[in-house]
This record gives sequence, structure tokens and C-alpha cells, in this order.
Amino acid sequence: MATATFRIWRGEKGQGKFQDYTSEVSAGMVVLDAVHQIQAEQAGDLAVRWNCKAGKCGSCSAEINRMPKLMCMTRLNTLPLERPVTVEPMKAFPHMRDLVTDVSWNYGLKKRIPKFQPRQPDASDGTWRIAQEDVERVQEFRKCIECFLCQDVCHVLRDHHMHEQFIGPRFLVYAAALEMHPLDVGDRVESLRKDFGIGLCNITKCCTKVCPENITITDNAIVPLKERVVDRFFDPLSNLFRVFSNSKT
Amino acid sequence: MSEYIAHEHDVLIIGAGGAGLRAAIEVSAAGGKVAVISKSLLGKAHTVMAEGGVAAAMGNVDDRDSWRVHFADTMRGGQYLSNWRMAEVHAKEAPARVRELEAWGALFDRTSDGRILQRNFGGHRYPRLAHVGDRTGLEMIRTLQDHGIHLGLDVFMEHTVVTLLKDGERIAGAFGYDRERGRFHLFRAKAVVLATGGIGRAYKITSNSWEYTGDGHSLAYHAGAALMDMEFVQFHPTGMIWPPSVRGILVTEGVRGEGGVLRNRNGERFMFKDIPPLYANQTADTEEEGWRYTQGDKNAKRPPELLTRDHVARCIRHEVREGRGSPHGGVFLDIAWIKERLPNAAEYIKKKLPSMYHQFKQLADIDITQEPMEVGPTTHYMMGGVKVDADSEMSDVAGLFAAGECAAGLHGANRLGGNSLSDLLVFGKRAGEYATAYAKENSLGAVNTDELESAEKWALQPFERKGSDNPYAVQHALQDVMQERVGIVRQEQEMLQALERIRELKAASDRVSVDGNREYNAGWHTALDLHSLLTVSEIVTRAALERKESRGAHFRDDFPAKDEQYGGCNVVVRKGAGGEMHLTREPIPPMRDDLQQIVQEMK
Repeated sequence: MATATFRIWRGEKGQGKFQDYTSEVSAGMVVLDAVHQIQAEQAGDLAVRWNCKAGKCGSCSAEINRMPKLMCMTRLNTLPLERPVTVEPMKAFPHMRDLVTDVSWNYGLKKRIPKFQPRQPDASDGTWRIAQEDVERVQEFRKCIECFLCQDVCHVLRDHHMHEQFIGPRFLVYAAALEMHPLDVGDRVESLRKDFGIGLCNITKCCTKVCPENITITDNAIVPLKERVVDRFFDPLSNLFRVFSNSKT
Repeated sequence: MSEYIAHEHDVLIIGAGGAGLRAAIEVSAAGGKVAVISKSLLGKAHTVMAEGGVAAAMGNVDDRDSWRVHFADTMRGGQYLSNWRMAEVHAKEAPARVRELEAWGALFDRTSDGRILQRNFGGHRYPRLAHVGDRTGLEMIRTLQDHGIHLGLDVFMEHTVVTLLKDGERIAGAFGYDRERGRFHLFRAKAVVLATGGIGRAYKITSNSWEYTGDGHSLAYHAGAALMDMEFVQFHPTGMIWPPSVRGILVTEGVRGEGGVLRNRNGERFMFKDIPPLYANQTADTEEEGWRYTQGDKNAKRPPELLTRDHVARCIRHEVREGRGSPHGGVFLDIAWIKERLPNAAEYIKKKLPSMYHQFKQLADIDITQEPMEVGPTTHYMMGGVKVDADSEMSDVAGLFAAGECAAGLHGANRLGGNSLSDLLVFGKRAGEYATAYAKENSLGAVNTDELESAEKWALQPFERKGSDNPYAVQHALQDVMQERVGIVRQEQEMLQALERIRELKAASDRVSVDGNREYNAGWHTALDLHSLLTVSEIVTRAALERKESRGAHFRDDFPAKDEQYGGCNVVVRKGAGGEMHLTREPIPPMRDDLQQIVQEMK
């Protein structure tokens, strides 16, 4: 049977080194299969996160040959197996052990984004009427599996470590899903500018490229939110209008 | 003296899938202090895998639907072993639970007049499943998660419970460890809700992830609660079978709901050959009629591909055994054929079944809009679980509740697709509500520190043993024996062999050793999970031996027919005083007259 070498990052809290493991390769295998095989046969304590193994839960994010990917959806036949396949943890989050990082920062962020606020129900039975096309626009954002690969690849977080100032593509998509939700009446535009750092995104679209759900993060979520911020805070005409109409800013 | 971090809450919820989160929301909304323990990260539980939809008789697509029809469908699907009160409560309350999700931000697909769209599914008489394409579970868990985080839940991500704690006859809390550092934690609580999901990892071919080792079942059993219906393991008829590494991954029933058909290697729609009498009146007579049903014709009856899962899984197994299977030992599931009937069929399929399209394209190089899929049965769901009170979800142990897959009662001998998402909403809410009420009336129970010390000592043993059995190897051996001996078709001799093998593997599990330290050590976690896996595997096998008939998901080669002396009872398992497994057949209480009348009317 064919074999391949997997160069896996081993270590704790940022300290560590690559270690090579040779493993058998069979038809249809994905990187996560190889990691599991190595774990069961050669490295029992190898730390790796995974759940569904079908690209639906977003647990097994890692960098494979330096590309942020889901291990469960990366087939070995898409990689050059004549040289070692490198597998390392995501870089934008604190390292825990081997392939596992501490992604708790992401969970904390969500609490800071003002929650869904529906308008009054449309019908007397407390239900709403929504057109399918209005649902679809937001469904794209709600496909997100929270793998945080977009956060990992975003240079504002990865290279500039601005986790305090910037919520990252995942949570801009989350904010967009709320802002464009057909029932939502909340207003997150001011927070997007002041607290969530939307201005820090300079639209390099790296996030869109790595999204395993193919969400058009930059064009469909971030750019429209930026436009809302610009309309609210930087459009001289509407500013003038607001001064005279005394409406909220 | 053991070292641990102590926590105190009114209600402790073990499990953060749909049932656990829904319960936590209820506790929190009632002002209770609640902790949720999640074996994985938040939002990754198996609920995300649910594809087809959530069953609720809202009647948005067909106004002939009502809770009565849903109730009758559930009872029929469960072969009348279901707890009828649970089936009643479930059918009545599911619509409100779904609407509530919408008020919390869930966005379901819509009807042309803007209401929640509902789709057809196996065993449901009318289109009943509210859905979001084929990722309904993700929408549900995300909605619950996002709603819950604003309610102040204490979420303990990547923590695992190893034992429940009792104060005399009542619950006092739980003891476990965190994955990150391997530290021990004591969770004291006035009430505990189990919402740990299933046992799929006991089998080799499964749609379940590493977490589903039957923890809740095992915790409850060892704490003295009764388990029920444990012989009923649902094998979903359509899992992927090729390539080998994807074997077991689920292919949603929604494929068949949208017009997908099952064929053998001769191109024959074999499902028309064997239609059970219980469903004869509801099944299409011709292929043409079946197609019309999937396209919303209210006068058409459903195609036999949408018969209950137990039946479809057995028919597939039969075709394969008779040499009419597909090249890799399954059958063909074909949705591409609808291009003969629909313009833009490829676009339609991609829109209705987007994640199936991507799953096959990415993992198997198959374009499902152009060619058939190869599918075969995969271990999917545990109908059995903790025996609970139908209204409060409390188990035999005071203060210990259970909801969702780890509880028994609603599904009887076979669960209908779509009834699990509604199950976890309806009974998750009730478990949270009654656990809060219990917590208000009771104080914290006392904890015996000796118990903590022995639990800790037990958990650390694998580090002290050197060079003995490998935990992964023991797990794989158990999966092999359950798959081969206690699978879709069972017989006494094979199950007795399985019991013998389980006994050997128990001994092996007491010898396993692990390398490394306590920090995020997968080998260690696997070693500890063996305890639950072996407990539930033995219970499943013993319960399956006890039921000497074939009914629903439980099929005995040596007793292939239904036997009425078993039809009126549930098999209940308790831990005996000497630690032995104690099985009893408990008669099902007679159904209330008004409910019986509904069953008769809907026959």
C-alpha cells in the first residue's frame, strides 16, 4: 500500500517542533484520516480537535501545507504526496497543544454584539411573514460553521494581533446576518465603527478565499456593512439632513 | 486528598447539543443559575449534522395536518412502544417550539405566502418538516447558542463528566475533567439534566462523532436510574459507503423527500417489492404516483423510499445480501434522474440539497446532479435511553433529568426523521423547566469526598500502567464486535458471543495505558470513554437478547416476526445491588381512550 509522510506540529503553548510520521494512504482519504491513523498507531496523545468529519461542524481547522483548511475536507489526492504534508495549528489564536488552539476569544466576542431584536409579529398568532428571497440573502451568512479559518487568515488578527480592536471576518459576517435579517430592528452600525473596528478591514479578501462554506464574506457581508457605516458617519448630505431633522446618529 | 476546582449551580446540564441548550435557556429564563458542560466546543454537537428538518404539525403546507396526525404517525413509527403521553406532548408542543426559534432569529425556508415551509419526510403523513435547505440542525443549534449566550449561561467547553454524585437517593452533582489541562472539576448542583446524545461510537460504521460514547446512558445507569428500549438502535438507511474514509457519513433523507429513488444494480426500484402491511394504505402504487407525491400532489401517496428507516435499511441490506448491490456493497440512491421530469433539475438539486451536493463532490468526486450515489446503512440514533417521567423528564433518581437522544420514550421501536429535532426542543424545554422547579424546592446535596478521590484515582490509572493495551485498539475491537454481532440483523448465538467479547474487552480496558501528560491528551480521553462505551454496549446486547421478536429497528433472524407478548412491554435495565445488570419486561400502561381513538381513526 502507498505511504505518505505527515509533518505534524507537536508541542505545547507555542513551543514545539515538526515531527514526521509515515502512514499508509488509501483511496479517498482526507488529512484527518491520516492524523487519526497516526494517533491510533504511533502517537496516542496527539491533540487534535474534530467532530463531524463531514465539513459541517468546523472543529478540525488547521494549516495544511501552510493553507488554512478543514482537515476533514482536504483529500490527500489534492496534495503532492511525494513530499511531506505539513499540518500545523492555526496561527491567529494562542496555541494549546499540538494541533489545538485556544479559540475562546471568538466565543467571548459574540456576547458583545447586540443580539437579535425582532420587529412586532405580523400576524395575530405571533408569527411573521417573510419572502423567501429575503431569507436567502441572510442564509448565506448563516451557513457559517464557525471554523474560524477566516479569522486565522485575516492579517489584522494574524499579523497585527489587533484582537482588542477588531472582531474579524467571522463576526462581521455575524453582524451582517443580524443587520440584514428581515425581522431585525436592532442597530449595530455605530458599534461596528467604534467598538468592532470595521475600518481596519482593507478588503484583501483573504477570508473569502479560505471559507469552506464559500460565503462571499468580503463582498456580501463586510462591504455592505462598511457602506452603512459610511452612509451614517461620513456622508455630508445625510449628516446635514440629520442636523435638521434631529434624528439619531 | 484529591485536587479539583469546585463549582456550584442550581441546575447542571451535561451536554450542549439542542436538548442541553434548550434546557439551559429555560433554566436561565426562570432565573436559575445554570452551567452547561460541553464535551466539545460550543455549537459543534451532533445537532449540527441534522439535515432534513424539525417535525411540527403547523399545517403551513397542508392544512389537514394537526397534532393528532403527528401523534398517530409517531406511535405508528414507534410500533406502539412509545410512551403515548410523550408522543402526545411532543405533537402538541412542537409547533410552539419551532415558532419560538423564529422569534430568536432562526430563518426557515418559506412558503409562497411567507410562512415557514414544510417538507415531506419518511413516516410523516403530511409535509411537516420545517427546514433550512439541508442544514436545519446548524440553524437550530446556532439559534439556541446565540440566544443562550445573552442569558448568562456558564458554559464549560471541552469538559467531560466521569461520574454523577448522589446524596443518598437524590442527585448532588457531577465530577469530571477539562480537556485543556486535565484538571478535575466538582460540579455541585441541586438538579442535573443529562443531554448527552447517543452511542454511535459503539459501532464501526456510524454517522456519529467521537463524543457519542453513551456517556449519559452510562452515567445514569451507574447512578441507579433505569434505562429503557436500549435494543432499539436506528441504522439510517443512507450513509455514504465509498471511498472507505467517508463510510458512515449521513446522506439526508431529504434526498428521497425531493424525489430521489433507490435502485439495485439491475436498475430495479426494489422498495416497491416489500411494503409492510401497517403502511400499505399510505404507500404509492406506482412510480408515477410516488413522484407526484414528492412534488406536492395532495392526492398522491408517498413512494416506498419514504417508508420508515428501519424498513428501508433492512431492504437495502437484503438487496446487498442477494447479490444485487452496488460495486462497493450498497445500493444506488439516484436524484439525478429527476432531470427527466424537471427543467433545470441540476440547479434545483443544488438549491434544495446544497450540502449533499458539496459533500459528494468534495469527498467522493461525484456530481449528484448527474450520477447516482452509492449508499448503505449507518448507525445513526439511539431510540432507547434514560426512562423518564413523560411530563417532567425526571428519571428514577430524584433530581436527575434527561432529554433528547439520551432519554427514552418518544420514539419507541423506531424514530421518524425530523422527530429528533422536535424532541430535543420540546423535552429540552420541559427538562429545564422541571429541573428549575426541583432546584427551587431543594438545597444542594452533600458530596462525599471519598467518592471524588476514588473517581480521580480511577481516572488517572491509565497513566500509571505502562506498555499494556492501547485504548484505540480496544475501542476499535468493540466497534467491530457490535457492528458484526449486534447490528441490523441479530441472532442469539452471535449476541452471546458479543457478550463474551465485551467481557474480554472490559478486562482489556482495565489494562489500557496512555502516554504523555494530562493536557489535551486524546489517548487518555479515549481510555476513559471506554467505560461508558462498554457499559452501553453490554446493555444494548442484553436488551436485544431479551426481546425475542422483531419490531422496528430491532430485527432478530431467529425470531423474524412480531410477537404480541413483547408488543405490550418495554425492556428496562437497572443496575442490581451487586453491580449486575438487571433486565425486566415492563408492561406499557393502557393508552388513554381519546388517544386510542385517534390511533384508530388514523389507521
